[in-house]
Amino acid sequence: MSTALAVARREFKTFFQSPIAYIVIGVFLLVTGWLYFSTLFLGGTASLRSFFGFAPVLFVVFAPAVTMRLLAEERKSGTLELLLSMPIKDWEVVIGKFSAALAMVAVGLLWTLPYPLSVSSLIARGVSFDWGPVLGGYFGLLLLASSFLALGLWASALSRNQIVGFIIGLLLCFAFYFVDKFAFLLPSSLGEILQFLSVDYHFENIARGVFDTRDVLFYLSLTTAGLMLTTRSLAAARQ
Amino acid sequence: MSEAMISIEGLSKSYGTTQALRGVSFEVPRGQVVGFLGPNGAGKTTAMRILAGYALPTAGTAKVAGIDVVLNSLASRRMIGYLPENNPLYEEMMVLDFLAFVAQVRGIAPAEQRQRIKNAVEHCGLKSVISKDIGQLSKGFRQRVGLAQAIIHDPDLLILDEPTSGLDPNQIVEIRHLIKELGQQKTVILSTHILSEVQSTCSRVLIINEGKLVADDSPERLALGEGGTIHVVLTSRLGNALQAAEVQSILAHIPGVSSVETAEAEGAGTLGFALGYGKEDPRRALFEAAVKNGLLLLEVRRKHVSLEETFRKLTAGEGAPSGPSAEAA
Repeated sequence: MSTALAVARREFKTFFQSPIAYIVIGVFLLVTGWLYFSTLFLGGTASLRSFFGFAPVLFVVFAPAVTMRLLAEERKSGTLELLLSMPIKDWEVVIGKFSAALAMVAVGLLWTLPYPLSVSSLIARGVSFDWGPVLGGYFGLLLLASSFLALGLWASALSRNQIVGFIIGLLLCFAFYFVDKFAFLLPSSLGEILQFLSVDYHFENIARGVFDTRDVLFYLSLTTAGLMLTTRSLAAARQ
Repeated sequence: MSEAMISIEGLSKSYGTTQALRGVSFEVPRGQVVGFLGPNGAGKTTAMRILAGYALPTAGTAKVAGIDVVLNSLASRRMIGYLPENNPLYEEMMVLDFLAFVAQVRGIAPAEQRQRIKNAVEHCGLKSVISKDIGQLSKGFRQRVGLAQAIIHDPDLLILDEPTSGLDPNQIVEIRHLIKELGQQKTVILSTHILSEVQSTCSRVLIINEGKLVADDSPERLALGEGGTIHVVLTSRLGNALQAAEVQSILAHIPGVSSVETAEAEGAGTLGFALGYGKEDPRRALFEAAVKNGLLLLEVRRKHVSLEETFRKLTAGEGAPSGPSAEAA
């Protein structure tokens, strides 16, 4: 496990030494900040609900952007051969890379904390800001991000080309986001299945402050599935 | 069996329909420095990748110090230092950070890491570039970084895939020197297509062609076994004219000479011949025959069959023999 940690630390450090980190996080903050504050005063409610409403869509784009180079680049430059000939298990490589990606997203989310902090300070005297849904929302976002990152990582393992990795990751994440958007057109039993597969549906539950283990389990299963597929693809990349 | 550092048996590997290795078997005892020769695409890299635990064989077994590289991959990888083809490195990392990363993944105890990194840096002469990004280094230094990561955990076996490719002659000499030094304590298997490299660093040569082992011997014997040619220029001791046919027949009767052909002379009154010879060196007999027949040797120039020629003979297309060739010698 210490080997996985070494991989994670290296990846995290590399990420923040390159301009990608600042571009990805900067653009993310710019978009969320603008979307959030431009509608905040129209809505007139001191909550983060709108932020949690559009955050999943943004993650569809940003999660694959974080993961796209993680394995594709190692395959392209040949360093994967170096890494996989060291005494490290394939799944430890995967866990290491995934943890680094999750940590990057967490750092990005950390920078959005000024949103709830500033809104809570704007609130009328005598009324208390409801932190419950905010904490739930952040927890849910991390879960959602982890499932997207696992899918993105798998996409990155499939090709030597980062752009291909990004596009496949984007499509996968989008599929799990979009799957229930037209569910209301379908018979209710089928609609429910699609809803259960939807990353967004489970997130809405958590962001509402409703804590259901089924939602958590959904994300954990999706993450596990993504990481297992990544491990398999990595083993197949050994030639 | 278990004393052998490397034992490979019936190793085969195919990618789809192409067969990279077709049943290669050999053993390498502890402490030997082995050169792995073969034309591009012969299967050198594939064999090394399998040995290093990166690629999986289609059939056959490979063991490192008795440990199967497939069944017990992690344990065998721990004993190996590997320099992959083209020396892939994390370009954006600092040399020191990179070596520290390798030490961590290699599972070296944190208390020991400093010392190990220091040893590797000193051994490979990296002190001056320790805080530079790998991407900024010259090819020679990059190669040293590749070697440093391969020896940081003090492995028993070093697998070096074309360690001197792309280097300038000075760098080649330096890296060779380093490999020689490492070879005093470790078993080394290195691939190359620079044949003089094998002659200067290895005590044994394996030649592989089209996925099969075609020769397995010491570089000296591979080079010697086949004989060569001697160019001679003669003149008459007493200054009288020489009969070419007569001289030719004298030369043909010298023990050890297998063929005589006329070659360039040096001017009037001289004759030139090219004498082919086999395993026996005919120079002594040549000199005696010349004295006896009143001939004066103006020039005797011996040309060995080089390792290069043996290599070409063994690996050029269809004519290649299938078994270890030099064993008959």
